[in-house]
Amino acid sequence: MSWQNFIQIGLLVLLLLATVPVLGRYMANVYGARADASAPFDRVFDPIEGAIYKVCGIDRKREQRWNVYAMSMLAFSVVSVVILYAMHRLQGSLPFNPTNRPGVSPMGSFNAAISFVTNTNWQWYSGEIAISHLTNMLGNSVQNFVSAAAGMVVVVALIRGITRTGTRNLGNFWVDLVRTLLRILLPLSLAFAVILMSQGVTQNLRGDKIAATIDQSPVDPADPTTAITEQHIPGGPAASQEAIKELGTNGGGFYNANSAHPLSNPNGLTDILEIYAILLIPLSFVITFGILVKDKRQARVLLAVMVGVLVLFSGVAMFAELNGNPALTSIGVDQSSSIIQSGGNMEGKEVRLGAAACGLFSGATTGTSTGAVNCTHDSFTPVGGLAPMLHMMLGEISPGGVGVGMMGILVIALLAVFIAGLMVGRTPEYLGKKIQASEMKLVTLYILAMPFALLTFAAASVMLKSATTYQGGAHGLSEVLYNFASTANNNGSAFAYQGTGTQWYTTTQGISMLMARFFTIIPALAIGGSLAAKPRVPATSGTMPTHTPLFAFLVAGVIAIIAGLTFFPALALGPILEHLSF
Amino acid sequence: MKVFLRQLRPATLVAVVFTVICGLVYPMAATAIGQVAFNDKANGSLITKDGVVVGSELIGQNFTAAKYFHPRPSAAGAGYDGGASSGSNYGPTNPDFLAAVAERVTAYREENGLSDTTLVPVDAVTASGSGLDPHISIANARLQIARVAQARNLTVEQVGTLVDQNTDGRDFGFLGEPGVNVVELNLALDALGS
Repeated sequence: MSWQNFIQIGLLVLLLLATVPVLGRYMANVYGARADASAPFDRVFDPIEGAIYKVCGIDRKREQRWNVYAMSMLAFSVVSVVILYAMHRLQGSLPFNPTNRPGVSPMGSFNAAISFVTNTNWQWYSGEIAISHLTNMLGNSVQNFVSAAAGMVVVVALIRGITRTGTRNLGNFWVDLVRTLLRILLPLSLAFAVILMSQGVTQNLRGDKIAATIDQSPVDPADPTTAITEQHIPGGPAASQEAIKELGTNGGGFYNANSAHPLSNPNGLTDILEIYAILLIPLSFVITFGILVKDKRQARVLLAVMVGVLVLFSGVAMFAELNGNPALTSIGVDQSSSIIQSGGNMEGKEVRLGAAACGLFSGATTGTSTGAVNCTHDSFTPVGGLAPMLHMMLGEISPGGVGVGMMGILVIALLAVFIAGLMVGRTPEYLGKKIQASEMKLVTLYILAMPFALLTFAAASVMLKSATTYQGGAHGLSEVLYNFASTANNNGSAFAYQGTGTQWYTTTQGISMLMARFFTIIPALAIGGSLAAKPRVPATSGTMPTHTPLFAFLVAGVIAIIAGLTFFPALALGPILEHLSF
Repeated sequence: MKVFLRQLRPATLVAVVFTVICGLVYPMAATAIGQVAFNDKANGSLITKDGVVVGSELIGQNFTAAKYFHPRPSAAGAGYDGGASSGSNYGPTNPDFLAAVAERVTAYREENGLSDTTLVPVDAVTASGSGLDPHISIANARLQIARVAQARNLTVEQVGTLVDQNTDGRDFGFLGEPGVNVVELNLALDALGS
C-alpha cells in the first residue's frame, strides 16, 4: 500500500471519531434519553411532527406492546411492497419518464419491491436500463428512507425492552419512525447530497443527453458500420438517491455500476465520504445504545468487536486486491504498485479509485448490509472475494445495517452470556435482565433464519440444472453462495456475472430477503417484549460482567464459531478451492 | 390479524406522507440547490465544442484511431455506452477472461511498437467496473506517447507535456489514485492541431 492509502484510512478514522459520538448522543436524545424527553431542535420539528400525526391519525402518547409494534412494522412493509410493486409494473404509463422505460415484469417487480422494502436493494436489473426516473425518485429512494428508519426503530424498541421493567410496552412504532425520518435521515441526506453534487454527482430532471463522440472512426477499420458516433450521458436525480443509499445502508444504485459509476462516485474524495456515510449511523447507534442503557462501558465492548471484525475483513480484501491476479502476471501484465500506476487486480476497478480503496469499500459495504460497490466483486481474487462473502455470513454485525446491526450484535451478546452461563453454571444475565428459556428460543430462531435462507436456496440452485447461470468451476459455486449470502443478509451486493433475472432466482431470492428481514426483526421485538416485563436483578459477585475485554472475546468467539461451523464446508468448495487452483 | 388490520390505516397514510416528503420535497430541494449552486456538475460535467456536446469530463469514450490515446477495455454495451454501465464480471480464473487479457496484451504491444517482453500496465488490458472509466494510468499513457506523436507529426515532448497537463492527481494529494483523463487529453491534442 502507498503512504497515501494509509493517510486516506487515517482521514476516515478521524472523521468517524469526530462525528460518531456527536451523532450517537443526538440520536439518543431523539429516542428519549433526556429525563424530560426533549430533544434538540424541538421547536423546528415538533410542529411538523404534530401535523403528520394529525393527518395520519396517530396518538403520540399511546404506547404499543411488542406484538403491536411488530404488526405496525409489518403492516407498513406490506403497504410499501404493494405501492412499490405497482410503481414498477405501471411506470411505463406514469408521468416523469423522460427515458421511456416500460413496466417491469411481474416476478421482476415482486423481487424489486421486496428488495427495497427489506433494505436489501438487491438489483437483478440494470438501473439505468430498467427503471424510470419516477420509480427511482418516488419509489426506490422513498423506500431507502423508510426501510432504513424501520430498521432503526426496532432496535430502539429492543433497547427499551432492556431498560424498562414491569411493562409490556416498547414505544410507538409510528412516532419512532416519523422522528427518525425527520430528525436524522432527511437532514443528513440533504447535506450529503449537496456535497456529492459539488463533486460532480448529477442531479437534474432530464433524460439522457446525447453527445457527438470525438473519435468517430470505426472500431473495426474494415467495417465502417462499427463507428460509434454518439454517447448517452445519463441524467436524472442521482445525487439525492446516492446520499440516502449510503447513509441508510441501502445500496441500491441509480446506475448498474453502482458507486463505480463516475457520475455516482466521481473522485477519491466522494469515495472516502461514501465509505464514511455507510459507517456513520451504524457506528453511532452503539453510542446511542450506551447512553440509553446508561452504561457506556457495555457499548464500548460491542463497538470493539464490531470494529475489530470490520478492520480484519477490510484489510484482507485490500491486501488481496493490491496483490493482483497471479494468472495475469504470467501473461506479461504489470500489476506492481508504483508512482505511475496504482496496480493490483484492476479487472472491474476504476483507475481514479484503485484496488486499495476498493477493498476498503467492500469491507464497509458488506459489514453494514449496504451492498453498494465501487468495483465489481465478482472479479475479485478468490481471497479478496472470500472476505466480503464471509463478512456477510457473519450476520451483518460489523457494524451492521442501520439499527438492525445493533440488534444483531445484541442477540449475539445474549447468546454469549447464555453460553458463558452454561460453562460456569449460573443463570445468565445481561444488563440486569435474566436470560431464560423463552428468550433463548427466540435467539435460536433469530440465529437460524439466515443460514437457512442462505444454504437451502443455494443448494437447491446448484442442484437444479435449469437454474445454472453461473461461471464454470469453483467460482460458479462462489457466485451462488455470494448472491444468496447477500439476499439472506439484506445486503444487496452481488457476484454479478450470474444472471439472476430468471423466475427461479427472482422468486427464491425474494423469499430469502423476506426471511432475512422478518425472521430476525420479529423475534428480536419478542425478546424486547419479554425482557421489558422482567424486573431488574441487582448485580452480585456471581454476575458475569459484560463490559470486560473477556466478554468481547466471548462475543467474537460466538460469531466466529457460528459462521465457521455453518459455512466452512461450502466455502471450502467455492473460494478456497478456487484460490488453491492458481 | 385484527391488530395487523388496524395498523393498515396509519401504514397507508404514513407511506403517502413520506412519499411526498422523501420522494418529492427532498429530491426537488436537492435539485434546486444543485441547479443553482453547481449547475455544470449537477448536469453531468458536459464538454461542449463549437456549441455541440461532445462528452462529459467524467465519462470515458471509445478511441480507436492511432492519433488518439486509447482508453481501457470496456464492458459497457459496445464500449463506453453511457446508457449501459457495466463491468465484465469475469471471475479471476475464468479461461475466457484470461484468453481475452492475453490477446489484449499482444495487441497493445503491436500497436505501440513494444517488444514481446515489455510488461503491459494492468489497466490497459482489464475492463473497469463501470465500463466508463475516463482515466488510464500514467504508465499506460506514457507507453502510448510515441504512437500518438508519430501519427500527429508532433514531438514526443509536446505530447508528453499534454499528458502531464491532463493528469488528475489525488484529491488533496492523498485521496484516490492519479490517472490521465483520456477524453480531455484527446480534446487537448485536437485543439493543438495535427
